[in-house]
Amino acid sequence: MSVRTLDAKAARVAADFPILQTTNSRGKRLVYLDSAATSQKPQIVIDELVRYYAQYNANIHRGVYEIAALATDAFEEARAKVAAFIGARTDELIWTRNATESINLVAYSWGMTNLEAGDVIVTTQIEHHSNLVPWQLLAAKTGATLRFIPVDARGVHVLDDLDALMRGAKLVAFSHVSNTLGTIAPVERIVAAARKAGATVLVDGAQAAPHLAVDVKALDVDFYAISGHKMLAPTGIGALYGKRELLEAMPPFLAGGDMIRKVEYEHSTYNDVPWKFEAGTSNVADAIGFGVAVDYLRETGMDWIRSHEKEMYAYALERLAPFEKRGLAIYGPRDPELVSGVLSFNFADIHAHDLASILDTEGVCIRAGHHCTMPLMAKMGWPATARASFYLYTTQADIDALIDALERAAVVFKL
Amino acid sequence: MDDFYRDYILDHYRNPRNFGTLEKPDATAEDLNPLCGDQIRMDVAVAADGTVSDVKFSGKGCAISQASASMLTETVKGMKLEDVARLSKETVLENVGIGISPTRMKCAMLGLRVLKSAAVGSIAGWPDEE
Repeated sequence: MSVRTLDAKAARVAADFPILQTTNSRGKRLVYLDSAATSQKPQIVIDELVRYYAQYNANIHRGVYEIAALATDAFEEARAKVAAFIGARTDELIWTRNATESINLVAYSWGMTNLEAGDVIVTTQIEHHSNLVPWQLLAAKTGATLRFIPVDARGVHVLDDLDALMRGAKLVAFSHVSNTLGTIAPVERIVAAARKAGATVLVDGAQAAPHLAVDVKALDVDFYAISGHKMLAPTGIGALYGKRELLEAMPPFLAGGDMIRKVEYEHSTYNDVPWKFEAGTSNVADAIGFGVAVDYLRETGMDWIRSHEKEMYAYALERLAPFEKRGLAIYGPRDPELVSGVLSFNFADIHAHDLASILDTEGVCIRAGHHCTMPLMAKMGWPATARASFYLYTTQADIDALIDALERAAVVFKL
Repeated sequence: MDDFYRDYILDHYRNPRNFGTLEKPDATAEDLNPLCGDQIRMDVAVAADGTVSDVKFSGKGCAISQASASMLTETVKGMKLEDVARLSKETVLENVGIGISPTRMKCAMLGLRVLKSAAVGSIAGWPDEE
């Protein structure tokens, strides 16, 4: 498929997102290149939130009246949709606030029960703080130690000593896609090595599920964490997939209403999985919105989204190439096959924050800083990087606007 | 925002004044802006009469944080240490001479925060947020 055909569809997709039709205070069109931080929302997701609050807002599970039944059905139907979207069974999908909470749930519930002094947790050098700090805390509490799968200068996993790294591993936790460099992890190889060592596997899918077709059963992982807001859903809703037998054996994480079967003064028995992990009133509206978001993604086509993002990444590399002679440095694998929609760079001696400020005046939204991967930045020797990230609504015109804004930055900084 | 990057700002960014460290500072402080990781260290030498006899800053970061810190070191030479501890946001804004967007205010204030920390001997709050 040619770039032109792909781009025509992206323009139609972009029309579904009201915020992408707006301009900034200087009258510049909003060019949103920060979807790795959070995605924009299509009108149908926004509409469903309004419809929920205007027409069937009620607490779920125990209400006997009509709107309570409507809300419960919509909430559980959304669970089925999100579960199906990542290849999970409906009763293996727990609602959380976001991927961070999903990972913390596993660290506290599974980790505190199953890890002890001398055990090894294997992760990688490319992790977001959300998939590193929980394991640091768990290691400090249990006496387990951390080990890191290295990445090379391009941010690609180095698997040469994988089997040695896995020796004694009880848990292997890694991100499917890097939020800083876009690197797609070699999931099959890491999972196979983890299995050989008898380790449990958690994958942080916050940056993968929005962009790649994910099937947790085919990947054969034990836990998979996702964030709704990065995949067209509202903020404040995420999910954790866990294999049924693991979830059954795990103690509750948060305690309270809805997660119980029978409560006496001294003792309680717990609800079935997944509700055992959903104490208190859930984020009903946003869970329903998440269901609508995955409907939209499925109808748009995850295969199309992947190929479109590859085209946009390749197009951006092509347009940025002339800047490399002018001091632009591009980080990451630089291979569309190995990258999912994230482009990190620096331009001459312009600090990433200054670059982001100048681009902002042109209406171009990018991120600058350490991207919550401070150890990776320190390892690579980058104080900060600028990051443009692409999604299903990114068009060639957006990348052209990025290029024009970089020209503007060169003028401002007298390069 | 792009009109912030005037010649003298870029000059202070690319050729920072009083850049480096003092061998035996009487006061020193270091901090980073958690938002962006910009880092600044300030070393201060204090004369017998309580005035700043020398000051050096070091660090890395954006043009706003580095140029603001550079200009601030020029401002405080000869100033009484107790007056340094009382400096406000306005001093920095007058130095840079142009509006700073709210999202970048902490970059501009990092140098002052660190310098005030050195003057009072513990980490000061963000200027005008104390």
